[in-house]
Amino acid sequence: MPEMLSVKNLKIEATSYPPGEPPKTVTLVEGVSFTVQKGKVLGLIGESGAGKSTIGLSALAYGRGGVRITGGEVLLDGKDILTLDKTGIRSIRGARVCYVAQSAAAAFNPAHRLGDQVIEASLRHGIMSRDEAKKRALYLFRVLGLPNPETFGERYPHQVSGGQLQRAMTAMALCPNPELIVFDEPTTALDVTTQIDVLAAIKHAIEETHTAALYITHDLAVVAQISDDIMVLRHGKTVEYGTTQQIIEAPREDYTRALVSVRQTKRDEAPDQTGTQLKIEHVSAGYANGFKVLHDVSMHLPKGQTLAIVGESGSGKSTLARVITGLLPPTEGRITFESKELPRALKGRSNDELRRIQMIYQMADTAMNPRQTVRDIVGRPLSFYFGMHGAKKTARVKELLDQIEMGTKFLDRYPAELSGGQKQRVAIARALAAEPELILCDEPTSALDPLVAEGILNLLLKLQEETAVSYVFITHDIAIVRAIADSVAVMHRGKLVRFGPKSKVLSPPFDDYTDLLLKSVPEMEIGWLERVLKTRRMESAGN
Amino acid sequence: MMESGPMTGPVPTDGTADGAHPRSADLSGVPAKPNPAEAKGEIDGTFWRRFTFRRPLAALILQRLGLSVGLLFAVSLMISGGIEALPGDFATTYLGQSATPQAVENIRKDLGLDKPWSERYLSWLGGAVQGDFGTSWASKNSVGEQIGKRLGNSLFLAFFAAIVSVPLAVGLGMLAVQFRNRLPDKIINVVSLAAISLPEFFVGYLLIMFFAVKFGVATFPATVYDSMSLTERLSAIALPVATLVLVVLAHMMRMTRAAILNVMSSAYVETAELKGLGMFRIIARHAAPNAVAPVINVIALNLAYLVVGVVVVEVVFVYPGMGQYMVDAVTVRDMPVVQACGLIFAAFYIFLNMAADIIAILANPRLRHPR
Repeated sequence: MPEMLSVKNLKIEATSYPPGEPPKTVTLVEGVSFTVQKGKVLGLIGESGAGKSTIGLSALAYGRGGVRITGGEVLLDGKDILTLDKTGIRSIRGARVCYVAQSAAAAFNPAHRLGDQVIEASLRHGIMSRDEAKKRALYLFRVLGLPNPETFGERYPHQVSGGQLQRAMTAMALCPNPELIVFDEPTTALDVTTQIDVLAAIKHAIEETHTAALYITHDLAVVAQISDDIMVLRHGKTVEYGTTQQIIEAPREDYTRALVSVRQTKRDEAPDQTGTQLKIEHVSAGYANGFKVLHDVSMHLPKGQTLAIVGESGSGKSTLARVITGLLPPTEGRITFESKELPRALKGRSNDELRRIQMIYQMADTAMNPRQTVRDIVGRPLSFYFGMHGAKKTARVKELLDQIEMGTKFLDRYPAELSGGQKQRVAIARALAAEPELILCDEPTSALDPLVAEGILNLLLKLQEETAVSYVFITHDIAIVRAIADSVAVMHRGKLVRFGPKSKVLSPPFDDYTDLLLKSVPEMEIGWLERVLKTRRMESAGN
Repeated sequence: MMESGPMTGPVPTDGTADGAHPRSADLSGVPAKPNPAEAKGEIDGTFWRRFTFRRPLAALILQRLGLSVGLLFAVSLMISGGIEALPGDFATTYLGQSATPQAVENIRKDLGLDKPWSERYLSWLGGAVQGDFGTSWASKNSVGEQIGKRLGNSLFLAFFAAIVSVPLAVGLGMLAVQFRNRLPDKIINVVSLAAISLPEFFVGYLLIMFFAVKFGVATFPATVYDSMSLTERLSAIALPVATLVLVVLAHMMRMTRAAILNVMSSAYVETAELKGLGMFRIIARHAAPNAVAPVINVIALNLAYLVVGVVVVEVVFVYPGMGQYMVDAVTVRDMPVVQACGLIFAAFYIFLNMAADIIAILANPRLRHPR
């Protein structure tokens, strides 16, 4: 087998400029070696900061910002591309090696038509004529299953959906007939039901064109479907490198084992779910422009339990949370908390009503004031709701930090000095400080790496045991629902599709949407994608 | 005609509340996330709301036009009110030392100054919308006629200053991006910064000293007459144009540079780089179209300045333009002239900014091609 790409002993460095200190050289990647053969896919996997994207971009001899490749070799078809001059590198990028970015929505130029952007590299490098390129683009649009392939190229990026953009980006990478494609988390930003289509399209396109590929992701279950080999990375170093089968079925390293088993925590649901601490009855809500987002939604939650609300983007699940908090007053229906009807709007609620319902957000980053220390952030609700100050307040903040397993050394840190998981923990402490009876969690773990996310989930479960707080947990991830929920509500396009105890909602007979949702969640199993696609084909043939 | 002010004003203002959402996302030039929900949703409500939804582009442009007209009326009111608040009046200034109460009273009566302010405003506005700005109190000539010639001169000067400065500024801005943080960028920055830091009369005198006095290659003063041919005129205005270009260049150049640099750090420029495209193509084709909105706004402001803010340059070069005319009129409290000049200046400002807004809207593919 000819080696398309061979990376030897790669070393990548960057210069960082900490304020008030001399510039520092940081090593991002060290001693990484791998090979990719023609028509094969290598998966690069690891948490954020593991150097996956940096390694992927080195195949194009590209470094983001101040990132430099300082050592090793990147052999493309036997020739080291790191020794090439500017013109030489340009002749490789977009012609022999192409790149598919994580967010196609940002990676397409909003000012130009999709078709022009897809064929641009092929034309500029003189690989084919405009007519040939257009024909090739049309062929690729078909292969990738894009709607109306004849006219798809005439549209602008904002006129198509996220999943379609991601496929168009793949078409753009495939168009010049490259020898290697680097996929950088191409499905991470998509809903599961869309992700499966894009994954299938990418896999099909790779098989059709026999190109070699690097597939970068943090989701082991996804990479198991698409790659032949897998390299596990951590802190810029190789943890384990082997065939997909070996990594998934017989991981050698502890870190890999943790990644493989990460989604396996499960909790049994509470047997009695008749209580109604929170009761949502026939709620409808919409925006000022007259657009209705929620249609007649009803559900309830007993004290001390967890209600998971699942759905994809645009299903209205975050809007429901806004309605519960009073940020968006409902147009119809009512919300009862502890047998008392809550005033519709935030303004009408008393301080005590506000205190009892707290919220945790997806982006802990943007939910905290970057110029306040942890002490101020967690202390604020203490003085606001309980009038605490001085030593008493500090003592309570310390207690809360202990509760979230962080300790008092973080007291005077700023949010920027915390990791993603630590920030989310501080956000939890801030919610806890109000001594709430209900916490609304809006995708609190979806921006975190799997192992960190698991830590946060375990913390939330522990706190529920200690304080008997209830959770409304908004998520798009079925695995999380399995792990923590007592009851589940499935939402789709602003309507409640299914609601009940977890065991009932997640077992057949299913309605169509829940069935699709459950089947789209990648499983840590080789051949899962083919199996799902096969049953789909059989079903559509049967219809 | 009188009522058209209050009538036209509020109507588009009403619309802004609806349109505020799409607009804020657009003018910044940053790609906003398309809202698929909105496109599919059932829309009810007023005619304007439905129109905004179906034809967002037409609605936004109509809104701008309406706003501009309303704004112009508001300005006319402020000019009139502001002049009313000025101490002293034409009668006392005109008569000077010989002012007897009776004489002052007579002149006031002649000019209609004894009538209440609101009445005078309305009759002036009534004339103004029909293009009649009344007669000058000082010279007893028609204001419209006098302004016509002066405005022509001012526009002539502004036009050539714009023709030189805008392409130069945008070109230099792009050049500065291409050589970012290298020598050409630094030279462009320092020189343009120096030019903007010097007061314009100083730049003007420096140019006169070198090019007119020492080398004798340029004409001074820059006064133009009716009898001059076009080439004579052009050589006469060479120095004031150069002064104006130096004054407005830096602002536009730096904004172009900043706007393009901002776009250069976006993901789609990285995509272009990873396609192996050349630097020039990346800047011209991928960055520039997305930097239009902020740049066009600064260009509009500077163009407006070229028409409205050239008083000093006109005085230095003895150029018979609008600015000089207005300053003269203010000193003798010749109200019809001041009002007319003020209104025309305001109209230019509003029109240019409106044009910039509309171009920025048109430059946005989201609005040009709704889903």
